Amino acid sequence: MALPLLFFLGVRIYPALLAFNVSLHEWDIMSRARPFVGLDNFRQLAADPVFWKAATNTFWYVAITVPAELALGLAVASLIQSVNKFQGFYRTVYFIPYITSTVAVSWVWRWLYFKNGGILNQLLLAVGLPAQPFLSGPAQALYSIAAVVVWQALGYQVIIFLAGLEMIPPTFKEAAKIDGANAWQIFRRITLPLLNPTIVFLAVLGTISSLQIFAQIMNMTSGGSGQGDLGGPLNSTLSLVVYIYSLAFYKFKMGYASAITVVLFAVILVVTLVQMKVLNRRIEY
Amino acid sequence: MAEGAVKTGNVDNDGKVRAATRVKDRTWLLKHAILLVGILFMIFPFLWMLATSFKQGAEVYGINLIPREPTWANFTNLLKDTDYLRWYLNSTVVAMVVTASELFFDSMAGYALAKLRFPGRSIILMVILSTLMIPTEMLIIPWYMMFTKAGWIDTLWGVMLPGLISAFGVFLMTQFMSGIPGDLLDAARIDGLNEFGVWWHVALRLVKPALAALAILVFLGNWNAFLWPVIVIESSATRTLPVGLSLFSGGEAGSEWQLIMAAASLAVIPVLMVFAFFQRQIVQGIALTGMKS
Repeated sequence: MALPLLFFLGVRIYPALLAFNVSLHEWDIMSRARPFVGLDNFRQLAADPVFWKAATNTFWYVAITVPAELALGLAVASLIQSVNKFQGFYRTVYFIPYITSTVAVSWVWRWLYFKNGGILNQLLLAVGLPAQPFLSGPAQALYSIAAVVVWQALGYQVIIFLAGLEMIPPTFKEAAKIDGANAWQIFRRITLPLLNPTIVFLAVLGTISSLQIFAQIMNMTSGGSGQGDLGGPLNSTLSLVVYIYSLAFYKFKMGYASAITVVLFAVILVVTLVQMKVLNRRIEY
Repeated sequence: MAEGAVKTGNVDNDGKVRAATRVKDRTWLLKHAILLVGILFMIFPFLWMLATSFKQGAEVYGINLIPREPTWANFTNLLKDTDYLRWYLNSTVVAMVVTASELFFDSMAGYALAKLRFPGRSIILMVILSTLMIPTEMLIIPWYMMFTKAGWIDTLWGVMLPGLISAFGVFLMTQFMSGIPGDLLDAARIDGLNEFGVWWHVALRLVKPALAALAILVFLGNWNAFLWPVIVIESSATRTLPVGLSLFSGGEAGSEWQLIMAAASLAVIPVLMVFAFFQRQIVQGIALTGMKS
């Protein structure tokens, strides 16, 4: 037991404390002097328009992807559960994007979205619609990335929803049917309330993973190697984690970047605590 | 459900029941149609990736799915001009070592925390669980500083170290281990097994499905990991597959989409083949861990 404990102290707890400490210093990896600056980094943060851009973008990633994943995931899972053939086949195929490398699928989608010669624009032109900028214009880039996030996460949501749906005793639905409830009423009054724990779990998981979005942005709207603007056209796709990465490892502002990781930590902590509160609430039906 | 409807229908509304069955047939078809359209969305990107990887010249930008003059040239060029196989090997080593290490340590810690009584047990559990709240993003900068000092930057050891034991894995194992009846373990102890033997010969056998599920999650997670590897890796020879793919596609490949798609295909196809073999176990494992946490 001593070894795992030492491991967690050395690889998780100590570095986390170090992160707090670094966030209170002006810590440039290139210079020897690392003066203590108190909360200056956080003050600077509050006045940094790029930070606010990244924070707003990250908010939108969450606000778009989480409801979309939940709605589509529940819809697909309900459909799969209601057909009595090929259930395993559907479940498997919808799951494929989830197990493939995010970096690989990001490049595949970058090619599908490609402005001049990508298949999506070729198809649009073929049916007489104007070509779209997708990833190459600030208006659509964030949505284009969010769509890929949903596409990749959908299979996971479907599997968890299916497991949740299977735990609802069929007698409940049969009883409601005998009482004359239609399909929508059964869904609204029986399925949805009983799925509540599953929905909360998936919502929190989706929120936390979208708050940490990184690989998709790095590979779809930047050089991948980090050349040029990491956050896409006019920083339109810049997320908090991409901003942290560029500050720490391209501009070597370790202190300032650590301050943002502390903010991210606080946000994730709040989400987790809210989840625990909601999940621990006893629900009686 | 259909039986229920038939059973409740008596002779009087037999016609009604038959009509309902017919409507049901039509929605049945519609449901399959919707699911199949969804499947098209799910797999078209992969089909297009494969198609492009076999194309050459102007055809790369054509809208035909089946290449008219399919070629292996993109793959051979890729293997010739990059360290692709090396990246493959690195990713395999990283994923396998981390998976083995997690299975060993997570299950041992989980067993100790669930089944042994020793001082400080609940505090240790709390310390480990509290680390679940710390996002990796907060640790990458301190790790980078610490690993620089230790000389572990640009080594596979540096890539692997942070994942060798995971709080999630320990938590999962603790959950499953506490479900094992204590009598069973006592019986093994009476038979003369020491604590290590009880864990190895008895406890591990009983949580096999959970171990399999954890192995799948850890392997996939490490095989696809990007954030920490892209920071700690510097030279081409140390790259894992995602890092190699990312840097190659964004730089060395120029804008040669057929090369990028060949690289992506090589990264994706073996995983899909493994998935095809183990899909039932993988899907059930994912559902299992999702429910427990």
